[in-house]
Amino acid sequence: MRTVFALAGVVIKELYRRKDFYVLFILTIVICVIMAMVNIFNDNQIIRYIKELCLLLIWISSLVIAITTTARQIPAEREQRTLLPLLAKPLTRTQVIFGKFLGCWLACGLVLICFYAFFGVLAASREHTWPLLNYFQAAFLHWVMLGAVIALTLLGSLVFAAPSSNSTICFVIVVAILTIGRYLDAFALSLAEPLRSVFYAIYFAIPHLEWAFGMRNLIVHDWPLITWNFFCLDILYSLAYTAVFLVAACLVFRRKAVN
Amino acid sequence: MSVILKTEKLRVEFTSREFRQTTKVALSSLDLEVSAGEIFGFLGPNGAGKTTTINVLLGFVTPKSGAAYLFGIDVRQPIARQRIGYLPEMTYYYKFLSAEELLRFYAKIFGLSRSETDKRIGKLLKLVELEHASKRQIKTYSKGMQQRIGLAQALINNPDLLILDEPTSGLDPVGRMKVREIIQRLKNEGKTVFFASHELGEVETICDRVAIIADGELKTIGRVSDIVAQHPNLEKAFLEITGYQLQPVA
Repeated sequence: MRTVFALAGVVIKELYRRKDFYVLFILTIVICVIMAMVNIFNDNQIIRYIKELCLLLIWISSLVIAITTTARQIPAEREQRTLLPLLAKPLTRTQVIFGKFLGCWLACGLVLICFYAFFGVLAASREHTWPLLNYFQAAFLHWVMLGAVIALTLLGSLVFAAPSSNSTICFVIVVAILTIGRYLDAFALSLAEPLRSVFYAIYFAIPHLEWAFGMRNLIVHDWPLITWNFFCLDILYSLAYTAVFLVAACLVFRRKAVN
Repeated sequence: MSVILKTEKLRVEFTSREFRQTTKVALSSLDLEVSAGEIFGFLGPNGAGKTTTINVLLGFVTPKSGAAYLFGIDVRQPIARQRIGYLPEMTYYYKFLSAEELLRFYAKIFGLSRSETDKRIGKLLKLVELEHASKRQIKTYSKGMQQRIGLAQALINNPDLLILDEPTSGLDPVGRMKVREIIQRLKNEGKTVFFASHELGEVETICDRVAIIADGELKTIGRVSDIVAQHPNLEKAFLEITGYQLQPVA
């Protein structure tokens, strides 16, 4: 386990020494603060729009950070040949995959803490309330869902040689799932066989990340908390997909020539 | 003396991924034995199979047939790499880390305790003369400094066997001399060093035994003094053994 944590530590160091996070964080702050200062139509409910916008920016930023950080991990190790001295140490390739995954996941957790803390301050400055449990449920499911995205991207980084193509493909897949994933079953119903079965199969195969995405409403519209049973089930659901992608990544990496 | 590095009838083939697949034999029936405390030079022209042999020894490449052992353990097992240090050719380390952080990271992988890590880092930075730059990020290092930090990472676990792949390639004469001095010091400490190199003068100076391979086949193996005794120098021996015909200059 110490090997996995050592690898994760390097990934986290890389994230906070690069500019990506700071640029996205400052951009989110600037956009949201400007929006919060503008009074449109004297609408008392304007804070909801600001919250919605802020959460959308947090989601986009977190996805960009998660995907770009993960996509470059293994390709950069191969390109800069740091993979050779690393694998010459007494560790397995599975440990490398788990170390990279854990590092990216924990780094994204730290990013989310910063983003949601800013969001909490922004929302409280206008509403003077702290629905902490709502924030916790939304942020935690967001983080767990990012785990599945990171594992998917890690798998992609072993299949596609260029980090840019991997990032683009993963981003398109994730955005497609978030936006149209929930409508695939209804769409399948409108089709004739065999397309209907194909779309049903896709609907049941893809990770429905939009469930975590929908948790934004908990904060934006002050909806009641989801039951803790559903909360735990959603975590297990995301973790199951994460595990599947990670196992696939380990199997691909095991066969990959590193010379 | 005990044998700590051994290959038996090692054969490695690479198959191209093109439509018309072609198979290239990178190593053919390679038998090597390196004993404890030896400085062993591994020579051969470009593409002879030196790096492939090292890649097999480190478990990066799976041989088609044959076997390789480090300390009597099959190289496919990660534990075989517990007592070795490896310096690859032309490696760029994590440029956002400082030398000290890099060494600490590799020490963690080996499971060294904090006090032991501190002690080793201090000793190694002194050995490779990078104490003054230990807090600087590696991206600010010169090529020679990068090679020396590479050597330090290879020594972090105080290995019994050091595998070096062209450790002085691309370095200026001063950098080369520094690396050579470090290898000499390791030899005096009783370490075993297996290194692939093109610098024949360097090999002649510091190696006890050498092996010369060409086209994936072992051409000769023996003590440097024995090989040189039959030829004017190691360079001439190398050219003759690898089949290079000297052309008269018009």
